Amino acid sequence: MISNEPAITPELIAQHGLKPDEYERIVKLIGRAPSFTELGIFSAMWNEHCSYKSSKIHLRTLPTQAPWVIQGPGENAGVIDIGDGLAAVFKMESHNHPSYIEPYQGATTGVGGILRDVFTMGARPIACLNALSFGDPKNPKTRHLVSGVVAGIGGYGNSFGVPTVGGEVRFHRRYDGNCLVNAMAVGIAEKDKIFYSAASGVGMPIVYLGSKTGRDGIHGATMASAEFGADADEKRPTVQVGDPFSEKLLLEACLEIMAKGCVIAIQDMGAAGLTCSAVEMGAKGDLGVTLDLDEVPCREPGMSAYEMMLSESQERMLMVLKPEKEKEAEAIFRKWGLDFALVGETTPTKRFVVRHGGAVMADLPIKELGDEAPVYDRPFAESAKLPVIDAASIKLPIGVADALEKLIGSPDLCSKRWVFEQYDHVILGNTVQRPGGDAAVVRVNEGPKALALTSDVTPRYCEADPFEGGKQAVAEAWRNLSAVGARPLALTDNLNFGNPERPEIMGQLVGCIRGIGEASRALDFPIVSGNVSLYNETKFQGEDLGRPILPTPTIGGVGILDDFTKSMTLAFKAEGESILLIGETQGWLGQSVYLRDICGREEGAPPPVDLAAERRHGEFVRALIRDGLVTAAHDLSDGGLLVALAEMAMASRIGAVLEAPPGVPAHAFWFGEDQARYVVTAKDAEAVVQRAAAAGLPLIRLGATGGRALAIAGARPLRIGDLLSRFEDWLPAYMAASPA
Amino acid sequence: MKSAVLVFPGINRERDMARALRLISGRAPTMVWHADTELPPGTDIVVIPGGFSYGDYLRCGAIAARAPIMEAVRAFAAKGGLVLAICNGFQIVCEAGLLPGVLMRNAQLRFICRDVFLRVERSDTPFTRGYNAGQVIRVPVAHGEGNYIADGETIARLEGEGRVIFRYSSPDGMVDPNWNHNGAMNAIAGIINERGNVLGLMPHPENHVEASMGRTDGRGLFAGLVDHFKLAA
Repeated sequence: MISNEPAITPELIAQHGLKPDEYERIVKLIGRAPSFTELGIFSAMWNEHCSYKSSKIHLRTLPTQAPWVIQGPGENAGVIDIGDGLAAVFKMESHNHPSYIEPYQGATTGVGGILRDVFTMGARPIACLNALSFGDPKNPKTRHLVSGVVAGIGGYGNSFGVPTVGGEVRFHRRYDGNCLVNAMAVGIAEKDKIFYSAASGVGMPIVYLGSKTGRDGIHGATMASAEFGADADEKRPTVQVGDPFSEKLLLEACLEIMAKGCVIAIQDMGAAGLTCSAVEMGAKGDLGVTLDLDEVPCREPGMSAYEMMLSESQERMLMVLKPEKEKEAEAIFRKWGLDFALVGETTPTKRFVVRHGGAVMADLPIKELGDEAPVYDRPFAESAKLPVIDAASIKLPIGVADALEKLIGSPDLCSKRWVFEQYDHVILGNTVQRPGGDAAVVRVNEGPKALALTSDVTPRYCEADPFEGGKQAVAEAWRNLSAVGARPLALTDNLNFGNPERPEIMGQLVGCIRGIGEASRALDFPIVSGNVSLYNETKFQGEDLGRPILPTPTIGGVGILDDFTKSMTLAFKAEGESILLIGETQGWLGQSVYLRDICGREEGAPPPVDLAAERRHGEFVRALIRDGLVTAAHDLSDGGLLVALAEMAMASRIGAVLEAPPGVPAHAFWFGEDQARYVVTAKDAEAVVQRAAAAGLPLIRLGATGGRALAIAGARPLRIGDLLSRFEDWLPAYMAASPA
Repeated sequence: MKSAVLVFPGINRERDMARALRLISGRAPTMVWHADTELPPGTDIVVIPGGFSYGDYLRCGAIAARAPIMEAVRAFAAKGGLVLAICNGFQIVCEAGLLPGVLMRNAQLRFICRDVFLRVERSDTPFTRGYNAGQVIRVPVAHGEGNYIADGETIARLEGEGRVIFRYSSPDGMVDPNWNHNGAMNAIAGIINERGNVLGLMPHPENHVEASMGRTDGRGLFAGLVDHFKLAA
């Protein structure tokens, strides 16, 4: 078709991440060999990141419906009804591979991409969260990655002007060659003014908006769809460069033209850039699209059609405008100093036609580009069930007090202040609960409503038992929302796994998705958006097989509070209040942080999740909060009961006198990770006890608040001040140390 | 009190500021676009809010200081009009020559967002009449470049003329390096110009103005300004 494009060879096909049989499929589909530009377009549309080819058949099993769901998966972000004519728009997305290669820019563009997904739908972003997984702190590269990723997230969100209010940070050697950066954004829109990506109407102008197109990020999505080799550093040119300033202008300009009624359809240019956005708009609207690349604003001259179609330059949008509003829209974009170019139109042909320099560079069937992407039912092997560990069989290396001191200053459980203080978490003036609690709480406009936001997953559980781990991730998000008094509404999932072509990894993915589905059905907590990141593994020099990450299906949960002033916090409030534990405690030590960090054993079956109990206990706690019967509430998770109590004490600088009931071995009682549990404090314990008895819920008294120490019966008392130093000091000291 | 809030591309705390002004003065401010050349007639106070004007590219505040609207702001200040410049606003007025000195990168080279304590040094300015001298207030900071630096002579003048209005301190009002999160010289958080009508301040009083949100320490600044104009009327 075009003489100056390279010939299609098996090597070129392989470089595009396409398997020989996938190439055959392309030839069959279009009835001829593709041009070079077309090959690029197919590789962009058919890679794992854009096509979900390995996960699609399993994702279809997830529950996505509820009366309050306005838009489930398939659009730029999920949308739920939060009442008062408003909708919450949210999604989580990974930027793992780019962040490992170039941590600052990888993280910034991850944040930028997810913010764009939210405001593309007409919502003004009100909060961001981030779930970060790094390698072993002893790995010489870890410090560099933490430093760059955190600075990048802050650098983008702070400048853009959205509060980053929550998230998680974990360390494990299994992320040594492949850190995870999962960014979530949440926005608010009027529920009858949501914008979608489906084009409508023939001959409508397609307009390019935002920053210019450059040669950055070409093949970014393809890179993100393959495992790393020892040459990961050489992939740096595939990482895009973020410009939060342009994104802030793009936000304001987009919201302004949406408010003026100029927009028919809108799609941001994210993964696979112009290709993916143009194809999606046309395909969803049952229309063809013709693009004239001569009109695309470029950063440098001489860019080929191939480069323009595959560039992942940031802060760009594609829109279908109402023809009569084109001038008005252009004036708004010019006011904000942004590029605005008419680059094409919708056609009745259902073909995707790309012209450049007077020649047709691509002419492809638009529906098939997306719909006919390969879908794989990959073979999978279910993980073997691990034995349940009997707590009584665990030898205790150290006592309860020593163990708490060690855990509270460990990489996973220590304070993440060093991280969240680099994020502006108060901008917009609506942050009711700042980072450090069970869930962040952000007021909606002037209130009284507020959203509660959290991100959760316990990867070691997911590896030990993908199904229970998947359930647990959802249950914990649900629990964290309940603990602040919010009614959980919906979730977004970000599924991070290794190479799906390996049956054991595929088994993890399938198991986790089943668990997520089961929990979200049981808790009426539907999945409205999400992202899948596969091939998170690295072949180290001299190794044949990549080392996969721990399976990490991050769950981003969103809940609602009717009155933001009634949100509950975890800090003890006063001396002399009763401390109560809701939920059953067997003392489950398998896969616990205690077993791993104190006993040096990563073993056993993880705690099972009783979803009916989760639901009962969560609803019970929410009712206690609503009725003003409790003064503090905290969900129990990593580290178990005593770690949770220490967090409540440290947040208030009020101590507690505590006693374990007989029956369960002390270390298992204090550090076991049984699920569906909460700690609450109450002025009037009797009222809570009676209510629990009436509801038939397990509840025990643990002791009372007071003093300046955690005084645990049978153990050395621990001063709150000392615990706080351990809690607060580990991360700053680690980051200040020179690389090992 | 008729306030005008300047909006440069990349400014992002203009909504927070507008809300604080509306809640406390009872009157929504006029938002003024950077490319405008005149302030709204009857403006009592110009407010330059926080953010990242022009992405903080080149130098924080450097490009905004040369925007068309800044000529009008200079003229307004020269006639004694009040200018409240917060965070990026402080950087902009320094770059514009309305205040001396410069805001450098925080001493530990990281962006910091947290609540800090400020000792109010004087209560006899329009900006601080809502506080008592020596009072300590708690307000958030959110900046990467808030480390105030000036040459020795300038610092001596600022101190000698009582132009340091807010200082980072401990909760009980002691100036202490441990409570000076960004390393600013003399723990300077906010200064006024010679004439006393331009205040530059790094922290964000506008984020602590609602009781229902937990803290109201920032109200005094705005309430004092409202009083100032009431008395003048």
